[in-house]
Amino acid sequence: MNGAGKAAWLNALRLVVVILAAWQLLYWSVGDVALRSPLATMAFLGKLVSTGPFWAHLGETSRAFAGALLFAIVIGLSVGFLLGLNRFANEVLEPVLVAVYSIPKITLYPILLLMFGLGMSAKVAFGALHGVIPIALFTINAVRNVRPVLIKSARTMGLGPLATVREILLPAALPEIFTGIRIGFALTLIGTLLAEMFASQRGLGFLLMNAIGLHNVDLIMALTFILVAFAATVSSILLFLDRRLHSRA
Amino acid sequence: MTRAALFRSALFVLVVALLEILCRVGIIDKLTMQPPHRIVIDLWRILASGSLNAAIAKTLGNAATAFVLAMVVGVASGVVLHRLKLVRETLDPLFATYYAIPIFAFYPLLIILFGLGDAPQILIGFMLGVVAVIVNTLNGLDRVPRTLMKTARIARMGPVATVWSISLPYAAPYILTGAKLAVAYSLIGIIGAEFIMSRGGMGYEISFAYNNFDNATMYPLILLILLVSITINMLLARWEKRLMIRRGQR
Amino acid sequence: MSDAASVHVALKGVDKVFERSGRPGDVVHAVGPLDLELRKGEFFAIVGPSGCGKSTLLELIAGLAVATRGEVVFEGKPIRGQIPDGVGVVFQEDACFPWLTVSDNIAFGLRRSRLGKEERHARVEGALTMMGLTAFADSYPAQLSGGMRQRVCIARTLVRQPRLILLDEPFGALDQQTRLLMGDEVLRLWRKTDATVFLITHALDEAAMLADRIGVMSARPGRLIDIVETGWPRERDSRIVQEDAFGTVTARLWRTLREESLKAIGKTGAA
Repeated sequence: MNGAGKAAWLNALRLVVVILAAWQLLYWSVGDVALRSPLATMAFLGKLVSTGPFWAHLGETSRAFAGALLFAIVIGLSVGFLLGLNRFANEVLEPVLVAVYSIPKITLYPILLLMFGLGMSAKVAFGALHGVIPIALFTINAVRNVRPVLIKSARTMGLGPLATVREILLPAALPEIFTGIRIGFALTLIGTLLAEMFASQRGLGFLLMNAIGLHNVDLIMALTFILVAFAATVSSILLFLDRRLHSRA
Repeated sequence: MTRAALFRSALFVLVVALLEILCRVGIIDKLTMQPPHRIVIDLWRILASGSLNAAIAKTLGNAATAFVLAMVVGVASGVVLHRLKLVRETLDPLFATYYAIPIFAFYPLLIILFGLGDAPQILIGFMLGVVAVIVNTLNGLDRVPRTLMKTARIARMGPVATVWSISLPYAAPYILTGAKLAVAYSLIGIIGAEFIMSRGGMGYEISFAYNNFDNATMYPLILLILLVSITINMLLARWEKRLMIRRGQR
Repeated sequence: MSDAASVHVALKGVDKVFERSGRPGDVVHAVGPLDLELRKGEFFAIVGPSGCGKSTLLELIAGLAVATRGEVVFEGKPIRGQIPDGVGVVFQEDACFPWLTVSDNIAFGLRRSRLGKEERHARVEGALTMMGLTAFADSYPAQLSGGMRQRVCIARTLVRQPRLILLDEPFGALDQQTRLLMGDEVLRLWRKTDATVFLITHALDEAAMLADRIGVMSARPGRLIDIVETGWPRERDSRIVQEDAFGTVTARLWRTLREESLKAIGKTGAA
């Protein structure tokens, strides 16, 4: 697989170069009034990470995101397994999940704010709301698509229901569950960030929105860059792991 | 109606009834939420008075613009990329991780670039939807069987005619899948942007109502957006299903 | 009639009815009424038209399904929904666990056993050798061909040293040459393990070549309409197809089966 692996790396590198070039070109055509060059952004970023307040905001966002992700995974997996194993419950509730998946969830955020008040809980709840649905949906699918012959084989080898779930169902469903968690990770991040951009006094999202009023282009570019780079990098790693898990199945 | 659908409807009625009771009894206070029946009545009142027609028109109009942009650019890009193998390969990692990126993070930048008007919002909606359209268009074009392409060559059809008369119609169900996603994303993009920072539109109105403790306006509007979004998505899903069944692809 | 000691599996008046939907009365009569005795150590094959309930019959013997009426007795004890000890099953589809290596797959068969570590290792090694998989011990099923994956499944069954081996069209997905060679291997294993083998196949020549006795099932609901004794010597292999008697056996099978197959097509054709 090494030849294909190397080709993928080169390809990704090529993409990064193209994006940087496009960025630079855009900067040259728009100018300093609204953009900064890649180099200037990196320089500013270097200065930014040495300031105290930045870390406080980063900490806030990280804590909110981690909490939201934890809830999303735990609830998502539980619901996913429940509906995956019980056919009737699935028929009843899956359409509800799919419907919630496609609505603009930001419209529900004020309700969460009224329920949880301003602060960390609302952010965590909102982030979790974004991530829990793909995790649940993918887990349902993963459990339901476990080939029956694997379960039958387990039975013929004397495994009881609990052991079957633990030793057959889980490993067999893992690749698809991991895909759900990968997508859930990304969506939870987006949800957490969105919450901070709408109604928060702390966090990277707040910093970003605040910078508009101050017309602090450097800050906007630096923050946008960190957020996008972080999301893209972690997602790529998760995607790589995802593909490896699926290649064995 | 199937047994599951019946059960689901019963569950829904139960939840609404429960909310109604909790609100009336006072366990859920008025500052947090209104009783469901009040929300429906208020929604009717708002729609009938026409006071929010401008906001509704703005939101839906912008969403439609973003959608059309995403479809046109998306399908065209898909067709072009399908032929330019190297470019497609280079962009592939971007498409694979695109929806993991918080596109809303670009909103402040767009405001700086274009000012606080309709453009940044439409661009966000466009950016969210366009890649879904491109990916699904490519997927559909990939699946055009070789025998159909050979038929076109034998009939001496040029590349444009082939794409227009054979490839795109064959890929239509998949493009429709992309369209379905683009509709959802356009709505999400516009309304989200209106929430975060805007001068008008439904998202702005909800945000305004929230900041002014005006639950009587906020909840009905939230209900309206939910209804519109769910209805549109349901209709599109049904259309997609019918197309797939007709083609024998489901 | 055969004496009680030599009867390994007995089915008495077995009937299997499936409910199709939630509505009462909407049932499928899959199998029966059916009587069958499997002699200890014999190689018994079942042939029949598609949809006649062959797989259902196998599941009843394995304990994976419960008979609606009648009794299934294994080694003198009736089976009622639990899988009896000493029975191994190889299914038609690939049942390898994709997340385990070949040797871990095979070792999985011994998960529930109370054997010591060395004994387990020895048995796994033995099964790997017997099925010619030693070179692939650390490979994953995804890296193997269909035929090799079936061998892994057979090996996984063998490590448990079953006294009764049930095979549900195990070679259905393979090409003809591979099937014949796999048939030789099954005969070899049968002789080595002294187990009773119950094989389901839709290929008449395969049944005629491998089995001591062949049961012919009718169209649905499946009943046994004929049992053919081949009388082959125990030390046989695929070259038995050269014998004149082979043609006779196959001809007799098809004579009985042809009518049933037409019935089966007639039924599904109308649907």
